[in-house]
Amino acid sequence: MLNNTDILSTIHMIDQEHLDVRTITMGVSLLDCCDPDPKAACRKIYDKIAASAQNLVRTGEDIEAEFGIPIVNKRISVTPMALVAGASDCPDYVPFAKAMDEAARAVGVNFIGGFSALVQKGMTAADRKLIASIPEALAVTGMVCASVNVGSTRAGINMDAVGLMGETVKAAAERTADRGGFGCAKLVVFCNAVEDNPFMAGAFHGVGEAERVINVGVSGPGVVHHALKKVRGQPFDVVAETVKKTAFQVTRMGQLVAREASARLGVPFGIVDLSLAPTPAVGDSVARILEEMGLETCGTHGTTAALALLNDAVKKGGVMASSSVGGLSGAFIPVSEDEGMIAAAQSGVLTLDKLEAMTCVCSVGLDMIAVPGDTPASTVAAIIADEAAIGMINQKTTAVRIIPAPGKKVGETVEFGGLLGSAPVMPVHPESAEAFIARGGRIPAPMNSLKN
Amino acid sequence: MRAIVTVIGRDTVGIIAAVCALLSGKNVNVLDISQTVLQEYFTMIMLVDVSAATVPFARLREELAAAGQERGLDIRIQREDIFDAMHKI
Repeated sequence: MLNNTDILSTIHMIDQEHLDVRTITMGVSLLDCCDPDPKAACRKIYDKIAASAQNLVRTGEDIEAEFGIPIVNKRISVTPMALVAGASDCPDYVPFAKAMDEAARAVGVNFIGGFSALVQKGMTAADRKLIASIPEALAVTGMVCASVNVGSTRAGINMDAVGLMGETVKAAAERTADRGGFGCAKLVVFCNAVEDNPFMAGAFHGVGEAERVINVGVSGPGVVHHALKKVRGQPFDVVAETVKKTAFQVTRMGQLVAREASARLGVPFGIVDLSLAPTPAVGDSVARILEEMGLETCGTHGTTAALALLNDAVKKGGVMASSSVGGLSGAFIPVSEDEGMIAAAQSGVLTLDKLEAMTCVCSVGLDMIAVPGDTPASTVAAIIADEAAIGMINQKTTAVRIIPAPGKKVGETVEFGGLLGSAPVMPVHPESAEAFIARGGRIPAPMNSLKN
Repeated sequence: MRAIVTVIGRDTVGIIAAVCALLSGKNVNVLDISQTVLQEYFTMIMLVDVSAATVPFARLREELAAAGQERGLDIRIQREDIFDAMHKI
């Protein structure tokens, strides 16, 4: 029989340390929904999503009840919409976003990702139309998430797309100014985007994926933090071992849920994403883990090293626990969604520059960061370019989800509510990058040898 | 299918009897029980077999939670697999 201490420790993790499965995400291919008539295409999209995911939420809730483990989100990711909508003869793609939104509403999920374009090397007419539709699509839908991949290690960085995304991010903020620029919270700009990411807002169902797939994202910053409290003051070898063991347990739980969901839904199991995804709740913060390692405030000197250790140990622990690991897999550092990050940013210790350095060693990038509303589009684009460069050179996924909060200044706060939390408006460098972004063209793909 | 019932809370007379009565009323077989009382704090862990239960798992879970609430206890039932997954290789 099981050891009583083990049973009680699991219950304690769930009750006191915010252990949960963050998301079950069903990927659905929409490649067979292409149609020259946009109305017919939208109908096919709605029908396919609604039919594929009709039992997703109920199955998630059943598993939640039987295992006694909270499954916070049930979500859908679809084929990048530019690939599907490109077949239709129409000037804008907002109706496609509406079809996604209606289908998501019908099946009861809380987000649907895949209003996306992959433009790392160049843009098709469909890609341009999709990007142009993003601000309106995010304003008129509730659950649709958009993402655009502007660079990769193999293709380099498409600087025309980077410039365009700077303007798109600004437009999305303006179009949702009444909600603090909320549209931007549903828009991610990627370099090296992955095809099996279960986390929003950047999830889409890649073209290399099966017809349908179940991907699961685990979480557990609270559990890791609690475990580290027990080894306070001990050397980093002990810290790394402790994180690994905890990540193993958390991931095993995710793997079990993924297998169970896959079997019940009759949909193949894809991957478990080993991520430490924080929430704004106290005790569920990645920043507080870094502080537990001995830093006075997250963002001070030593933060990058602490995060590097954490990120690596989470992967090492998780890899053995799951038969198939993928997605983003690493510690997330979204500012507005992490109570400790919010506090560190408000105190001025955690800056945009330090966050950028931190993204070199963790998943995923500059995430849920509010900047002043008067930040120029070229500055937003330059921030995207910097982040894409980190991803391109280091062969990792990086992303930018930034909110130029309309009418807000440094020191103010934007409230999004729920898991998206509240974002303190952080300063950006006032010096212009306009001439840099205006160049356009492509930053060539980097050398992959002669590494130093 | 086997499940773990945990009862946590302040010790009062008749906790075990009440939980066992509820379980037997639903044809749930108790395979093993262990309990400890630490500073008036009661912890009971039961291994049960719910294969022949007369009600669905979700209903059993609700009734146990409700019975716990009446007595100021936290009673939950979870499939055994979750603990196996997290604590066994």
